[in-house]
Amino acid sequence: MVEVYEIYEKMERNNILLSFKGEVTSDLLTSILQIMENKMADLQEEPKMKKKVYNVLVECLQNLYHHMDEVPDAREQKLKSAIFMIGKLENLYTIFTGNYILNANISGLKGRLDKVNSLTKEELKHYYKEVLNNGEMSLKGGGGLGMIDIARKTGEKIDYNFLEINDKISFFTLNIKVTTQN
Amino acid sequence: MDNYKIEGSPKTPSITFDLGSGVLEIKGRSIPENSIEFYKPLVDALDKYSSSSKPATTVNVQLEYFNTSSSKCILDVFKKLESIHKGGSAVTINWHYEEDDEDMLEAGEDYQAIINVPFKMVMVNE
Repeated sequence: MVEVYEIYEKMERNNILLSFKGEVTSDLLTSILQIMENKMADLQEEPKMKKKVYNVLVECLQNLYHHMDEVPDAREQKLKSAIFMIGKLENLYTIFTGNYILNANISGLKGRLDKVNSLTKEELKHYYKEVLNNGEMSLKGGGGLGMIDIARKTGEKIDYNFLEINDKISFFTLNIKVTTQN
Repeated sequence: MDNYKIEGSPKTPSITFDLGSGVLEIKGRSIPENSIEFYKPLVDALDKYSSSSKPATTVNVQLEYFNTSSSKCILDVFKKLESIHKGGSAVTINWHYEEDDEDMLEAGEDYQAIINVPFKMVMVNE
């Protein structure tokens, strides 16, 4: 039995405005973005903050949509599911995402994240242009531009983790902070 | 050849391309999951236009948001415009950004650095 109150209380403590767990579809993203836009309007956020949060949110959600791996669950059913939460404490928005990843795909992703995290603001700008202009466009998305864009817009290092579930899969989490201070 | 016109949606911009006056306008949001599908018809329309382009081509880009998936496609559109510019039609790209939107201004400057076409950064009051 899931302790609903425990989940509620944890979310309350982190000031979660919105959370979702399940399959990420295009229609779902449209709805989430609409809800967050309305919420930020209700909270009377400054246009600058609204734009930053919205932009970073789009990249985080579309990352989930395009890149989460399909993994077999305990009953060997195909599982394509993710968790997403957005919290707000004073002038700081935090976007949490979590999705399964095949262990075989970890090193490539980790390499890209570490590269992005090693760069300064100016280097990120240069790297973005380089990938934009020369990088191969994948059918799925921006061919690796998403993480660079998140790092540029937030001005923060990307906080990530891989939690090993078993010898085949891990759970990949991102913790992205958005403020207008940077 | 007919004018090119696409209505905007919550995830895609409105596009109007007036072939008689050589004015292309892209306005709104560009955050579709599949940007290639959305932008391919525009790239094709520009391809056709390049053989009968006007002496001057004006491009007005006024985006509120765009995702990284669109950013590659927008570059493809600009590269087409670059070749139209080389082919003899004087192209100007007017990149609009809202007063407090430094990220959008910077995005325009990124394109300006890559594409060999005159850019004008146009500030819009909210």
